[in-house]
Amino acid sequence: MTTAEFLGIEMPVLLEAFIKVNIVVLAMTVVVMGLIYGERKIIGRFQMRMGPTRTGPFGILQSIADAIKLVGKEDLRPRGADPWIFELSIYFIFVPVFVGFVVVPFAIGWEIRALELGLLYLLATSSVSGLGFAFAGWASDNRYAMLGGLRAVAQGVAYEIPLVVTLLAVAMLSSSLNLGEIMAGQASVPNIVWQPLGFIMFYIAMLAELNRAPFDIAVGESETAGGPHIEFSGIRWSMFQLAEYAHLWIMSIVGSAIFLGGSAWPFGEELGTGYQLLLMGVKSAILIFIAMWTRASMPRLRIDQLMGFAWKVLMPLAFAQVLINGFVIVYDLPLVLLTVQGVAGIALLNWAIQRAVARPAGRPGMAAWAGTSEAATS
Amino acid sequence: MEHSTDALFGGYITVLVAIVMGAILPVTALLATRLLAPFSRERNKGATYECGMLPIRRASTSIGMRFYLYAILFIIFDVEALFVFPWVLTFADSPSAYWTMFAFISILGAGLAYAWKKGALQWR
Repeated sequence: MTTAEFLGIEMPVLLEAFIKVNIVVLAMTVVVMGLIYGERKIIGRFQMRMGPTRTGPFGILQSIADAIKLVGKEDLRPRGADPWIFELSIYFIFVPVFVGFVVVPFAIGWEIRALELGLLYLLATSSVSGLGFAFAGWASDNRYAMLGGLRAVAQGVAYEIPLVVTLLAVAMLSSSLNLGEIMAGQASVPNIVWQPLGFIMFYIAMLAELNRAPFDIAVGESETAGGPHIEFSGIRWSMFQLAEYAHLWIMSIVGSAIFLGGSAWPFGEELGTGYQLLLMGVKSAILIFIAMWTRASMPRLRIDQLMGFAWKVLMPLAFAQVLINGFVIVYDLPLVLLTVQGVAGIALLNWAIQRAVARPAGRPGMAAWAGTSEAATS
Repeated sequence: MEHSTDALFGGYITVLVAIVMGAILPVTALLATRLLAPFSRERNKGATYECGMLPIRRASTSIGMRFYLYAILFIIFDVEALFVFPWVLTFADSPSAYWTMFAFISILGAGLAYAWKKGALQWR
């Protein structure tokens, strides 16, 4: 067993890992509570409401009150549910998200463990969480849950490929998969300057992977009445919430580390760790705020639009981005070309979206109505 | 960062610790709710939720064929992404590696175009 240094003290790797993971558990709990409160407050403001106000000053104790209420709620399991899969599903949803924290770079050198294959590890673990949604949907013996679980998996796999490929395209610029190295390599110029299209595609795919609006067809209240977690109550349900917000936090930190320069840009290395943490906090908070803003302003997509967007628009663009990046790097062309190409790509993406909005394709299943009076009038 | 087996082992021991701690968290929460929450043997609480009506049969276990089409396509492209991962780290100074990958991605692009033309990407 090797030893490692933590806070200037030599200790075994196992103990060091244990302490660091526990610190992250505490930080995660506090941040998730803050995010839930923040989301309710921000969405409330967008809808001209106050959000929570009663518990504590400005309602800041709302999440704690909710947690206490959830612990005190009865833990129900439907009679027809598959007991093993039902019990296991919360672990399959929470644990893969949580282990992603191992490689998340909070500041330069501030990760639990810098793995050389950090990016691959993060993408591999966080996609296992889709399996948990499938488990939950399958085991609940509920039609809404079943539909929600299937939709979550279909959507998760469709958007995973654009997500992976855009992040690969960025890794090509740094020729590293270590998140800390990718972040430190942007000390002068953040990657978003070279990869504006990549950033937009990453953000869209991230929202879809997180099942957030406008891609929340799997958990949409008005369609599947909550989706996979419909039969989960009390503290079990709160595990879904915890996993969702922890995942949002991870993805926003990873997004700012890979595209926005993380805590390395600007002046990250010169001004010390406190400044780096502040920088990372501000950048990830901006990404999280945009996610909440999107939720307040975008209508939910239909499943055919959602799948079509992933497979017909994002996927070709993502692969084209990899090939163009490769060409520019292999032949040592100036990187400014990538900026120009990225802006052109954004224009193309916008054109595809506008075209779909202007000329909506027929509803799926309309063929069955062909010839009937309803189809003729509409 | 030294690339020794020791560093590799240390890295993934941390992952193991994280998995264990991540699993302990839900266990603690479930334990707390077992101690604090009320519990009743009311039979109707075991019924599945059905928006106000009693459910008639068990939830159907038939899955639409369209999900399989997307799943098959996903497997192809996900495996491909795994091939690209090692290439990303090493292609930078060899144009031949780049053009090999160009040919590979082009073939897959042709496959995607074929699936698109056949209507496999259309949700029906």
